[in-house]
Amino acid sequence: MKQAIKAAEAAAMIPDGATVLIGGFMGVGSPHRLIDAMVEAGIRGLTVIANDCGRPGFGIGRLLSGGCISRAVMSHIGLNPECQAKMIAGEIEVELVPQGTLVERIRAGGVGLGGVLTATGLGTSVEDGKPVVEVDGKRYLLEKPIRGDFALIGARQADYIGNLEYFLTAHNFNPVMALAAATVIAEPHHIVPVGVISPDAVKTPGALVDHMLERAP
Amino acid sequence: MDAKEIIARRVALEIKPDTLVNLGIGLPSMVANYLPPHVNVFFQAENGVIGLGARPPEGMEDEDLTDAGGGFVTAVPGAASIDSAMSFGLIRGGHLDMTVLGGLQVDERGYLANWTVPGKMVPGMGGAMDLVAGARRVIVAMVHSGKGGAKIVPKCTLPLTAVRRVSLVVTELAVIEPTEAGLVLRELADGVSVDDVRAQTEAHLIVEATPAVMPLA
Repeated sequence: MKQAIKAAEAAAMIPDGATVLIGGFMGVGSPHRLIDAMVEAGIRGLTVIANDCGRPGFGIGRLLSGGCISRAVMSHIGLNPECQAKMIAGEIEVELVPQGTLVERIRAGGVGLGGVLTATGLGTSVEDGKPVVEVDGKRYLLEKPIRGDFALIGARQADYIGNLEYFLTAHNFNPVMALAAATVIAEPHHIVPVGVISPDAVKTPGALVDHMLERAP
Repeated sequence: MDAKEIIARRVALEIKPDTLVNLGIGLPSMVANYLPPHVNVFFQAENGVIGLGARPPEGMEDEDLTDAGGGFVTAVPGAASIDSAMSFGLIRGGHLDMTVLGGLQVDERGYLANWTVPGKMVPGMGGAMDLVAGARRVIVAMVHSGKGGAKIVPKCTLPLTAVRRVSLVVTELAVIEPTEAGLVLRELADGVSVDDVRAQTEAHLIVEATPAVMPLA
């Protein structure tokens, strides 16, 4: 059985300069209460690894506006003009990674693989500086694994031992990120008794979850 | 009929029954409006749904069900929600029958540039590199020429999305098929001449016979 903690307590665990994986796709499935608590706590110098930078004032965009981020590893920042502006001005460093490569690099980090071989990015600027590996006559880029100090996971519901279930398009990066960090903090919308989530519906086993936010107010 | 509608109506004819198709954001997403009836096609949105449906009635949107642009959608009967690893596994693994994407430039090799204009627009590639590298068919849906001049050029000057020859280019003037030999002019829009197309195309076009008149859904 896990203790449900307050968002501010969770945010207090995250030091300046930490590397955090944050679930969500344009804010859908992101841990919004935790993001707000991090902004409130004034955390600085974060490396944020996520699909995108949300929108200004929404999702990961709030962390950016709050001045919490110094480096971003993302596939898309196009819907957050503030992120593009800060990148061009040199205020934050941004590494753009193809979306499918990003999720597999995180998966590799989470499941103990030394990297990913993918044809995505071959012959493009993504190839720069990376080894090309030939397997059975086909060429692939070697992409390195990614791990974080923290994974911040948004879930539809959790049970008392931290099993997580996701809804619809709010899965996105969450189940993969829950494998790939030293400390995993989940933010469920609902918390239900053990047994309510069917074993077949559990996408993140509770064994992966270190901390769980209390239910949404 | 405006240029975008012509393009969307022509691309709709490329969609075969019982296939899995990904439509990009913007112009490509309009293709879904012109599907012939009873074409049993499943649309994938790379953020995590197979079986994307139309926008829901007002007041019935769900925060956990959006398309890859973050807009509210529905899901059709038989839909599946998937995480990003599964979503891009489908794309890279050759399970996606077709993708329709916008374009900034296409060249005589059939290579596509569609994700960045360095110094001006740096949104990130999102899923575009995986889609172009991995989908079985890649259709580029774009207006024939833009503010900056010709978009069908001898060699892309913008950063490439992939070094894979795209399957077909559909514009409001013509349908062009990139082949080993170069760009073949297959169809002309109603009332458009070969010279009209050449006047707006910097790349060499191969005209084998009299091009057909572009059919529209």
